[in-house]
This record gives sequence, C-alpha cells and structure tokens, in this order.
Amino acid sequence: MNTVATTNETVFTGRNKIHPHKFALYVACASIVMLFTAFTSAYIVRQASGNWLEFRLPDLFFVNTGVILLSSLTLQTSYWSFKRDKKEAYRGLLTLSFLLGLTFLVLQYKAWQSMAEIGVMLDGNPSGSFIYLISGVHAAHVLGGIAALFVALTHAFILPVKATPRRTLRFELVLIYWHFVGFLWLYLLGFFVVSAG
Amino acid sequence: MATAANKSTAPAQHDVDLLIEEYGYDDHFHEHHEGDKYQSNFFTTYIFSQDHKMIARQFLITGMFWAVIGGLMSLVFRLQLGFPEESLAWLKPVLGKWITINADTGLGTLAPEFYYALVTMHGTIIVFFVLTAGLSGTFSNLLIPLQVGARDMASPFLNMLSYWFFFMAGLVMFFSLFLSTGPFAGGWTAYPPLSALPQASSGSAGGMTLWLISLTFFVVSVLLGGVNYITTVLNLRTKGMNMWRLPLTIWAFFVTAVLGLLSFPVLVSGFFLLIFDRTLGTSFFLNEIFVGGQALDHVGGSPILYQHLFWFLGHPEVYIIILPAMGIVSEVLSVHSRKPIFGYKAMVFSILAIGFLSFIVWAHHMFMSGVNPFISNFFVVFTLIIAVPSAVKVFNWITTIYGGNIRFTSAALFGVGFVSMFISGGLTGIFLGNSAIDIQMHDTYFVVAHFHIVMGVAAFFGMFAGVYHWFPKMFGRFMNETMGKVHFWGTMIGAYAIFWPMHYLGMAGVPRRYYRFDNFDTFSHFSAMNQFITVAAILVFAMQIIFIVNFFRSIWFGKKMTSRNPYGANTLEWTTPIDVPHGNWPGKIPAVQRWAYDYGKGGEENVSQIVPLAEGEHDQGH
Repeated sequence: MNTVATTNETVFTGRNKIHPHKFALYVACASIVMLFTAFTSAYIVRQASGNWLEFRLPDLFFVNTGVILLSSLTLQTSYWSFKRDKKEAYRGLLTLSFLLGLTFLVLQYKAWQSMAEIGVMLDGNPSGSFIYLISGVHAAHVLGGIAALFVALTHAFILPVKATPRRTLRFELVLIYWHFVGFLWLYLLGFFVVSAG
Repeated sequence: MATAANKSTAPAQHDVDLLIEEYGYDDHFHEHHEGDKYQSNFFTTYIFSQDHKMIARQFLITGMFWAVIGGLMSLVFRLQLGFPEESLAWLKPVLGKWITINADTGLGTLAPEFYYALVTMHGTIIVFFVLTAGLSGTFSNLLIPLQVGARDMASPFLNMLSYWFFFMAGLVMFFSLFLSTGPFAGGWTAYPPLSALPQASSGSAGGMTLWLISLTFFVVSVLLGGVNYITTVLNLRTKGMNMWRLPLTIWAFFVTAVLGLLSFPVLVSGFFLLIFDRTLGTSFFLNEIFVGGQALDHVGGSPILYQHLFWFLGHPEVYIIILPAMGIVSEVLSVHSRKPIFGYKAMVFSILAIGFLSFIVWAHHMFMSGVNPFISNFFVVFTLIIAVPSAVKVFNWITTIYGGNIRFTSAALFGVGFVSMFISGGLTGIFLGNSAIDIQMHDTYFVVAHFHIVMGVAAFFGMFAGVYHWFPKMFGRFMNETMGKVHFWGTMIGAYAIFWPMHYLGMAGVPRRYYRFDNFDTFSHFSAMNQFITVAAILVFAMQIIFIVNFFRSIWFGKKMTSRNPYGANTLEWTTPIDVPHGNWPGKIPAVQRWAYDYGKGGEENVSQIVPLAEGEHDQGH
C-alpha cells in the first residue's frame, strides 16, 4: 500500500487498483445524476398535467454545447500533453479549457437573457421556470469544475511540470469531473429538445 | 499448513498478535506517521479530528443531545394531549411566550401554533439528527474501517467535514427554536403550501427558511459520509476480506449509504424547487392560492409534485434508519447467542432486496393525496412484497438465537427487543400498505403507532444494542449491566404501553396532529387512554435518563476492559489493542481468512476471522 501524505489529509490507497479518491468521485457523480434525474422527472410529471407554455429553446444553448464539448477535448489533450511532459501544450490547452469554461457560463447567462427577451420569465409558466432552474443548477456544477480548473491552472504555472503519481491523480480528478459536467449538459439539452417534442 | 491447522484448533487470545504478524498485510503505515500529526493537540484530537473513531463518538454524543431535545418536545405535546385541562404554567420559564397564562384563573395553556412546531421539530430531529446521523453516522464511522480492516476512511478529511456539516445543520435548527415566530410548524414532511408561502403560518417564514438551510447542510453531511462509506467498503478491505466475508453490519451500512446517496439528492431537488417558490416567485408547487382572502400570483403548480419528490427520499429514508439497526442486531445476536448467524447469504440478499424495493414504494405515503387508484395498485403490490425480505430477516434472527447459548447482556436484550418491535410494527405496515384500508387509517394514530414502533422504537433499540455492545471499543470500559437491564425492561414495557393503545385510537379514527380531543364528543371517551399514554411516555423518558447517566458515568468510571476480545467475537475490531491507536493496528493490518460467524465450529466456541482455515475446512461465507 502507498500512503500518500497530502497537505490536508492522509490518503489510504489500499491494495486496490482504482484510487479511492477517484472512486469516491464516481460515487459523487452518481449522486449528482440523481439530482438531475429528479429535476427532469419533476419536469415530465409537471408537463403531463397540462397548462404548459411551449417556446423555442435559445439558440445559444446549442452553441454552448459546442463550447463545453470543445473544452472537454482541450482538457483531455492537455492531460495527454502533461503525461508526455509537453510543457507548452499542457499549459496552453489547460488555460484554453479554463477560458472555454468561463465562456460557457457567460453564454448560458446570455441564453437566459434571450429567454427573458421573448417573455419567458423565471416566475412565469413552470415550463420556463424549469429551464432556468435546471440549467442554473447545472451552471453551478460547472462553476465548481471551473474552480477545480483554476487550482489546476495555478499548479500548472507555479509547480514544475512533472507527472508525479499525486499530480496525475489530481489532474485526473479534475478531468473526470469536467467530462462529467459536459456529458450532463448533453443529457439535459437532449432532454429539453425531446420533451419539447 | 500444519501450523495453520494447529492454530485453527487452538486460537488462544495471545495468538492474535502472532497471527497478524504472520499473515497480516504490511502497508508501512507507521513509517509515514511518525509523531502522528493528526492527534497532536487538543483540537486535532477531540474537535477537528480526522480519526474515524473520534468522529463516531462525536456523531453519537451529538445524536444523544438531539434525542434529549426531541424527546422533551414529545413530553410537552403529550402533556397537552393527555391533560388538556391541566395548567402548563410551570413550563413558562422554559417556553416563555408559548405558554399563555389566563389572568383570572392562572391557567397556563400551550399556544396551538407552538404545539404544531413541537410536533414538526420532534419528527425532523428524531428522523434526521438522531436516527440518521446518530445511528448510521456513529456506527458506520466506528465499524466500517475497523471491521473491513482499514486504517481509516477513504478520505478522513471529508469524513471530518461530514460531521461538521451535521453540526452546522444542528446549530441552525437549534437557532430556529428561538425565533420570535417559532420554528417551522407545518409537519416534518414540509408539504407546500404551508412550507412554500412565508405568510402561510407563523413558522412558515423564518422558521421554514432556517429549516431548509439546516436540512441542506444535513444532506451535504449525509452525502460526504456516504461517499466515504461506500468507497471504504469497496476499496479498502484488507487482504482476504471479500464481500462474502463481510460482517452483516458492514453490508447494512453499505446499502444504507447507497440508499442515502441515491435518494437524498432527490430531496434536494425538491428543496431547490421549494426555495425558488419561496423566494423567486416561481409556481412549481403553488396553484391558485388565496391567503387571507387575497389571491396570490401563483398559477399552475402542483403540490403533489413535492410529495413525490419528498417521499422518493422519504421512503428510502426509513430504511436508511432501520438497515443499520438490522445490521447491528444481526451481529449482536450472533455474538451473544454464540451461534453463527442463520442464513448469512439470505440476510445479505434480503438487505439488498429491501434496499431495491425501498425505491419503488414511495407513493404508499400518498394514497389519499389524489394519486390514481390504478397507480396505487402498483405501489400496494411492491409495498407488500417488502414483507418477504423482512420476514426472511426476522426468521433468521429467531433461528439464530434458537438453541443458542444466549448471554442476556443489555446488548443482546435490546437485540431481542428490536426483533419484537420490528415484528409488531411490521405487521401493522401490512394493513397500511393496502390502499383500501388506508382510506380509513391514513393520518390517524394507527399510522403514528405503526411508524413509531417499526422505525422509531426499533431503530432506537438497534442503536442501544450497538452502544452497549461496542461501548468498550469506543471508551475502553464497559457500561453498567444492571442499569442497562433496568433501562431495557423499562423501555421495552414502556414503549409498548405508549404505542399499543394508539392502534385503538387510530382504528376509532382519532386523527394525528390535533391539538386537543376533549372537545370532540366522538373521542371524549379516549381521555383516560391518552392520559395513560402520556404517563407511559414520561416513564420511558425517565428510563433514558438512566441510560444517559450510565453512558457518561461509564466513560470515566465503568469497569475497565482487560482483554481485547471480551465477548469472544470473530470480527476484526476485536483484534485491535484495547486502547485503539490512530491507524487501528500498531503493526500490520490483519489478513482475513474466513467469514465472520464461525461460532461453535469444530468444538471451538469461536474462531476469529484472522485464523487460517484448517486443511480441508470449508469457509461458510465464501
């Protein structure tokens, strides 16, 4: 067993193949999936009872899907570069991913504005309220990912570039979570599109 | 192999160190923990501890604090129900303005809105703070690393956060008790519109806001804990500890954590919608509402939607409460009757079955909420199917103690008491699970009696069994057995005296949550029964004072533990030194060679999990 002393705590890696922290992250993701499953189930139940305003989803939602998928791609490439000690690509692509993450948040905000412009308000018909709420809670989860990316970014520029097991693990944790919020958005957008018929 | 065979036939106590040394697993833990920076001062040892054993004790003592608060609340509203004409003026120093004193007669009466607040807080506190955090939080933390053979949780830091989020949840809830408008008073289920409209009742404003904040902290605590429990069980088991060698306690805690992790986020989604309705003017749960003759703007919401989201947590929640108690009782009954648990695998599969079924029965809480009767049928069927794994477990507990060499310790008594309560309360569940009978029974004292016995008293009994049994592991001393037995018999008889009569009240249609019944002719002849229940409740509470005195007295003055395995149990926690160090074992981690229930095998009273299998010996677990 390797016990790795990090700054705040001791990690007991055990005799297992998967690092416990990585496994814990998967478990946490399952929990987040349940949160959004509940939201979308509530959406379906409420929609089925009628009095449901139909409106066109903002185009920016679709543009933004491209943005978050691209950021997943750049982050993955940054990770590969990190593993191969390609310092410039690692730092550059990580910065790009961080900026794309911020762009996603800004564009989501613009998308909400465009919804408000066509008269779909937060406190109006629940069909609009649900979109605001669900995409808003998703954005909060993206914000958590951006915070993690920010930490990764400071590491990338302050610490020497070296793929030690501990730093690789940390990067992998950020990477898994970031892919997760990306796929979560794909699911949510798909759900919005399908449920709107 | 000859030495191994020898050892399995003569596993003397002093062999434990040799066995660990010979077969154990060296993780070089102590080379990395020179000086033990985690327990170097008062704060890191007792307050912001990252050691699972200390966190377990924090959960337990905090849970006990809340149990006293929640219990005292029930006494106040029981006094109101049993003796509505008597003066409660003597409670004025504690309850302040919630007791109004008639200037002429000097009669002190409890404010009706505070009665509702008491009922609401009693439910919230006992369900979440005591029987979720105090039970699963305590014993998952204490036993998972010790029984699977791990140094600590997967993330001790998150584990510490889990406790402190629970602590903050408690702090916020405690604060809400002192608001001038009172704590939330709309029932522990917090149904809208009472919970969604701040103007709906006095507790719906500030009280409800604090309730939501508190429970959000609480969910974070449960999730952080659950992630840790699951990861630790799946990833940090010691060498040889495969899933079929896990003690049933661990199986129960594991499935409990999975249930919590999958159901609490759904409650949070309901909270989000509720918070939006309360503060941002959305209409998720609100529809064409008039308050004080004034029409509100809300249109098109569905209060039933909240009930679905709430009970999708709410039903798994009752298993989150009862499964840890079941696991503890399985272990305690097996150890104290000196027999292997009967039907180990059936026990595991019934835990899994109960866990699965708990997710598809939630609407049985809503039969009378306007759910389509055809959909109700589905929920009736699955609700009644839960009786099957439950009955399997009851059968196995009884067959475990049948013919056993039972040691009637306090822990074993509470284990048997648990089985009794679980049967009594489970049977009335079969009545209530039928949607047709529920038309008559819903929202009556029959329901109150049912759930108090099956998940209130039973879960408390499981918790008591665990505390008496593992007290030496937590504090190195034993609790007083005489006081324990008085506590058991008083609580056992008293709890039945409280809840048995309630079935009759319920069958006669007496509704729950009413402030007083003496002004209804239909129910007036029950006043003696209500008095009887109140007196029994006071006596049961007095019994718990015996427990609390025993608990704290024993921490400092109890009989000292002199051998490391006082009960002759097989599980790994009894292979640690009496004074368990950080990291649990001073040297190597013991390797597991067999399942946890080899009692009375091959002429031996018990064979520890660390004793290798003899040649040709079959491992019963797998």
